[in-house]
Amino acid sequence: MIETLTSVFENFWVSLAGKLLLVALMVPLIGMVLGFAEMKLSAKMQARVGPYFAGGRWGWAQLIADGIKFFQKEDIIPEEADAPVFKAAPILVLVGTVALFVVIPFGPGLIFNDLDVGIFYALAISSLSTVGVLMAGWSSANKYSLIGGLRAAGQLIAYELPLVLAVVGTVIMAGTMSMQGIVEAQIAAGYPYVILQFVGFGIFMIAALAELTRIPFDMPIAESELVMGYVTEYSGFRFLFFFLAEFANMFTMSAIAATLFLGGYWLPGVPEDVLEFAGPFILLGKVFLLAFAMIWFRWTFPRFREDQLQSLAWKWLVPLALVNIAVTAILKVVL
Amino acid sequence: MSEYFESYLTVGAFAALGAVLVLVMLGVASVLRPNKPSKAKQMTYECGVDPVGSGWSQTYVRYYVFGLLFVIFDVEAVFIFPWAIQSEALGVFGLVAMLLFMFTLVEGLAYAIKKGVLRWE
Repeated sequence: MIETLTSVFENFWVSLAGKLLLVALMVPLIGMVLGFAEMKLSAKMQARVGPYFAGGRWGWAQLIADGIKFFQKEDIIPEEADAPVFKAAPILVLVGTVALFVVIPFGPGLIFNDLDVGIFYALAISSLSTVGVLMAGWSSANKYSLIGGLRAAGQLIAYELPLVLAVVGTVIMAGTMSMQGIVEAQIAAGYPYVILQFVGFGIFMIAALAELTRIPFDMPIAESELVMGYVTEYSGFRFLFFFLAEFANMFTMSAIAATLFLGGYWLPGVPEDVLEFAGPFILLGKVFLLAFAMIWFRWTFPRFREDQLQSLAWKWLVPLALVNIAVTAILKVVL
Repeated sequence: MSEYFESYLTVGAFAALGAVLVLVMLGVASVLRPNKPSKAKQMTYECGVDPVGSGWSQTYVRYYVFGLLFVIFDVEAVFIFPWAIQSEALGVFGLVAMLLFMFTLVEGLAYAIKKGVLRWE
């Protein structure tokens, strides 16, 4: 039985179909789990109860109910809006999100496709959603959306650089860009790279938070000043896709950070044959730890001012990341 | 099929899945959702009052210089990555060359800051 199953999945097309089905289920599931975690944790941190009634206990079915609600909402496209661009924007945002799942290693050999340029591909494809956000902001023909879209463009390009440069230190240490290779290099080294790359890890997490446009970097959708920023005019399911993408991106960014700096699916002291089964759970544990920190920050820090945000990226993070690269390279080559 | 081609195909299929996911869900929702367009509903949102002027109003993009800087640094990152993989093999010569390259860029950034293009006015 198992033998026939493995032989069937050796066929490229069958395994590809299986992978696609898996991701199609994973993305909404991650959105629900992290969305629910966000609701409940925010409630705890503000001494509220949070979702309570849906599903009976702890309101666990709240997001399923929300999903069904969104299915029934009218799809309103403003008369003034540039309809084709307006409709295409959420598609582009979600394409970048789903394509990012390709290179996340869940265990030894458990990866959708171990591209040679792994991390480089991840950084490149993640900027695809920037284009989607800008399209959404511009096509809405709404002043709030326009300002939100422009802020998002300024912010996303500013923090893309620290994000990319923070990764270089890890690449120098591992000597490869393949995600699987980076985890294996950490296993071979015997320690997660965060021990030596703590500067890189810090910069990566700050930049990832900014790329996700989460508080304290949420100027593009600042509710108190811009209504809802670039999603102001969106309704129903199109609106939902932006949030699905945000939560899925929260997962993928945390997974990439866990893989690059925290050892991915590996924990020091766990033998190789146990990793085969425990790998995905170890990775998920690390991802949820980082996601928890992101939700925690949301209720801890006030929003930055736009100029503070820009000077943080350009005057502090970019030079710091370059110094980190130089120091890592000198240590690697000279020692 | 070569592994090289399979990688491309996987990436392409995943990207296509993102689009299909949106279209299928919107397709299913279109059966369930009401559709009663009206003039007021399709008006641009502006906190409840009728919108004043065009939605594409003139905006002062304060940070267009950041866009230019971004292009320069992003291209730099493309140059850094190939060296980062081979840093050990390229040895001291590669290291010194790369440090000089990065120093030139930081110098450019320092010049931009000194010039005041990153100041918010």
